[in-house]
Amino acid sequence: MIEIEGLTKAYGDTLAVDGLSFTVRPGVVTGFLGPNGAGKSTTMRMVLGLDHPTSGRVRIGGQPYERLTDPLRHVGALLDAKAVHGGRSAFHHLLCLAQSNGVADSRVHEVLDLVGLGSVARKRSKGFSLGMSQRLGIAAAMLGDPSILMFDEPVNGLDPEGIHWIRNLMRDLAGQGRTVFVSSHLMSEMALTADHLVVIGQGRLLADTSMPDFITEHSRSYVRLRSPEQQRLRDVLAAGGFTAVPGSDGSVEVDGGDPVRLGQLMADHRLVLHELSRQQASLEEAFMRLTAGSVEYHAHPAGADEPAPAAVWGADWRSGKES
Amino acid sequence: MAVPSRVLRSEWTKIRSVRSTVWTLGVAALVTIALGALISALVRHDFTRLSPHDKQVFDPTFVSFAGTGLGQLAMIVFGVLVVSGEYATGMIRTSLAAVPRRGVLFTAKLTVAALLALAVGMLTSFAAFATGQTLLGQYRAALGDPGVLRAVLGGGLYMTLITVFSMAVAVMLRSPLLSLGVLMPFFFLISNILANVEVTRKFGAYLPDQAGQHIMRVVPDGDGAPYGPWGGFGIMCLWVAAALMTGYVLLKRRDA
Repeated sequence: MIEIEGLTKAYGDTLAVDGLSFTVRPGVVTGFLGPNGAGKSTTMRMVLGLDHPTSGRVRIGGQPYERLTDPLRHVGALLDAKAVHGGRSAFHHLLCLAQSNGVADSRVHEVLDLVGLGSVARKRSKGFSLGMSQRLGIAAAMLGDPSILMFDEPVNGLDPEGIHWIRNLMRDLAGQGRTVFVSSHLMSEMALTADHLVVIGQGRLLADTSMPDFITEHSRSYVRLRSPEQQRLRDVLAAGGFTAVPGSDGSVEVDGGDPVRLGQLMADHRLVLHELSRQQASLEEAFMRLTAGSVEYHAHPAGADEPAPAAVWGADWRSGKES
Repeated sequence: MAVPSRVLRSEWTKIRSVRSTVWTLGVAALVTIALGALISALVRHDFTRLSPHDKQVFDPTFVSFAGTGLGQLAMIVFGVLVVSGEYATGMIRTSLAAVPRRGVLFTAKLTVAALLALAVGMLTSFAAFATGQTLLGQYRAALGDPGVLRAVLGGGLYMTLITVFSMAVAVMLRSPLLSLGVLMPFFFLISNILANVEVTRKFGAYLPDQAGQHIMRVVPDGDGAPYGPWGGFGIMCLWVAAALMTGYVLLKRRDA
């Protein structure tokens, strides 16, 4: 269990982390979500005692990190896959970490095999691809068989196979009753792995909720209809008591509409439909709405007078469900 | 809290598993011995042409250590790389996550590197002395002569302290380029200039390397240094202690 209380980190006048309080519980994957620059990495560094908080505190199972005897046996962390001396072999990198925490040397080979780096154990990590470095970082995190695992953007730069592997690993670890705390700036990624969500923006807590609650609370479901007879479609919907809003390329959207009733209504009026589909606004969209006010770096579309942050940020995922 | 003996073992694994350790220490030993041998051979050849004053302060032991000035640069590189290798690669965050007590981590790292530097320094010093004296022929000194053993042991200690000083500076500056950029010119040029130019000579004599080198002398060089071999060595120790303390304070306060 990681307990964060009133955690604040100031760099000069800028507050990177601003009064954060939340608890990361065992047995579930807790997603730590926020746009770039929201303070996720800073928070994680403070959990490990690498950065000193300006105020507030972090407790690992009730203790500050610096007080833990053999911290690697309590907390395994992957903050930066490239935070490795490139001139050292994967084996020696893990060996020196194991020795510092009284972990048996044999465990080094176990974790190397676990992450699939057994064959390159004696190779210097300088030549590793990002995916291999990421695996080495995970091997280091697993070394002490810790009950708490923390990963900062673990899927960044990985190929689909690697991403799949990390997702399953995190689920397995949580399934074993461990505390798994993983950061990401992609809602879509969290939707696939996290059971619980902590969302921050500009260092402040925006949401601390279970994934199902977040979905019900923040995602909008609607039915999309498309017909060659646009005007009649709108009239029929209005007559039927539905509020229709225009969707993209000539479609019509009915918020919270029931597709069965809508289909019946259209059949009763013998209206030709080209589309009748239930849609769920993506979680990405919900996340963007939530953090819209706190995104630090906006892209400004050329020619737009008033850039609307929520719409601009990640416009690619605007419609439809997860693919 | 980290267990110190485990951290020492871990730091030993770190230091022996990078190639820079072997080549920096190897170059330090080779350059010190070879240059000392070359100068010793030249001095023997030209001894009769030395001025009476030079003959009077002739110190065969110190002549065989003539390679130290250049060889110490490789020791400096070793010391800097041991420390700043962690910062330059980001390994420091992994290391501090494993050993969050910064004082324990760095004491272990500096102890292991200092012991290794001491072993290499002593071997180098005895080898440089033996080679140099052989080449000096009839002008040679013997290990049993007064003050000679102290000077040869001092050669090893001097190399060790230069390494520790470099490590402390690297803890302060973190960047390998910055640390080397400060230390190399200072010990290769600036300190020698300050110690030999008339106006700065008095001050220059108290610089860490200038003072420390007196431990390797058997015959005083007649420049009127206001301290003896051990006095000079003590001054060097004070410099090292001050650098270590500054480094430690910065290390404790800074974000990794």
